[in-house]
Amino acid sequence: MTNKEYSKMTKQASPGSKVLLNCFNAFWVGGLICLLGEGLSELYTYYGLSQLTAASAVSISLITLSIILTALGWYQKIAKFAGAGTLVPITGFANAMSSPAIEFKTEGQVLGTGAKLFSIAGPVIVYGLVSAFLYGLIYQIVTMF
Amino acid sequence: MAKRIGQYTIELDRMPGIIGYGTAVGKKEGEGPIADEFDNIFEDTTMGLKSWEEAESALMTSAINSALTKAKITASDADGLFSGDLLDQSIATTFGVKDFALPHIGLFGACSTMALSLSLASLMVDSGAMNCAIAATSSHFCSAERQFRFPLEYGGKRTPTSQWTVTGSGAVVVKAGGGAPFIKRVTLGKIVDFDVTDANNMGAAMAPAAADTLSGFLKDTNTKPEDYDAIFTGDLGQVGSTLLKQLMTEKGYTLDENYNDCGLMIFDMSDSDVAAGGSGCGCSASVLCAHILKRIQSGEYQKVLFCATGALMSPTSSQQGKSIPGVAHLVEIVHNKG
Repeated sequence: MTNKEYSKMTKQASPGSKVLLNCFNAFWVGGLICLLGEGLSELYTYYGLSQLTAASAVSISLITLSIILTALGWYQKIAKFAGAGTLVPITGFANAMSSPAIEFKTEGQVLGTGAKLFSIAGPVIVYGLVSAFLYGLIYQIVTMF
Repeated sequence: MAKRIGQYTIELDRMPGIIGYGTAVGKKEGEGPIADEFDNIFEDTTMGLKSWEEAESALMTSAINSALTKAKITASDADGLFSGDLLDQSIATTFGVKDFALPHIGLFGACSTMALSLSLASLMVDSGAMNCAIAATSSHFCSAERQFRFPLEYGGKRTPTSQWTVTGSGAVVVKAGGGAPFIKRVTLGKIVDFDVTDANNMGAAMAPAAADTLSGFLKDTNTKPEDYDAIFTGDLGQVGSTLLKQLMTEKGYTLDENYNDCGLMIFDMSDSDVAAGGSGCGCSASVLCAHILKRIQSGEYQKVLFCATGALMSPTSSQQGKSIPGVAHLVEIVHNKG
């Protein structure tokens, strides 16, 4: 049997993910998180924050909430159900930072929590910055003419 | 003295006996279908210790202590200890067995280590180099997750082909002239690589190795699967055991009702977390030492093939784009010497 034949056999024997259901759950849970953000934004502007400050306050609130849920072990339970719905919003990023921080505290403050803090979210920061730089460069060139 | 039959199978002349076996498992395993058969179930999977690694070591210590108690011996009565686990540099083993102060042979065969350690311990006893030897392995869901996948608190979705690492340990005491069960024959397996790269489908990575070792054993001994009361693979799970049956059919053997996989026996399979079944060194070890050996000892099973399977995966090689080779080792365990 060749590797290719075995790969075909494996594909047939392996149950696939329930893509439609997963997408649906990701959509409504993700949407709910965004709705919460929107609600908080309205609330903060109602109490006198400017649009810009309110946006920052919303981010801070969602990150704090996500870290609290992560520490309680609840975020993972919601994510098991919602998949990308909890991964894509800012709450997913906060979870990706705080979960290794909690997990690796047994290796100490420096080499554990400190070093491993960026083990999942690090690449997002690196490539986020690279993308932002490239976008800025293109924007600059385009607006020159 | 052991002698080679066929290509890779070794027959043990003196047929060492298993005089004691013990298990220690975590909470989830303690809620599964064979929960009643484990010696110790620890509701707190940290075992009250500081790290998951320490907890895994404690599981192994507990399993070995149970096995020694049942064998009615103390550690100093044994001549050597063969053990391994899944963690880097086998740290769960090191810290789990060091206080027994026995000559130690540390092994790595991924999830196949129980069959590997039992094979080597039995061969050592059969050769007369040791009179009594201990074989043990362990795995812990939490220590494995943080090494091979993501932190526990990280929010991710598991694929339907993924498997759940068993939190558990099993230990066996083998002795020359001991009573039933007896070790009759062993086949140490080759590394088989069918270029599977999906770390979430370990069953598929291991099935070809299981088929290779199992068919090799049947050919060497000129027997058929139906000649045995039961055939158990280690942790192929749903996908791997389906593939094994297909691969065996292609080799001219039918795996029927007498075949089962430890990964399908340890957990309640309706639990969606478990997905395709249990895995890890502790999976085959705890099912062997809780469920299988008991039935061979009582005579319910006369002849059993125990074929533990291992996916030789490392996060480093996987990230470098390498495949996940598999390996499987087989031990034939019988009720009667005749």
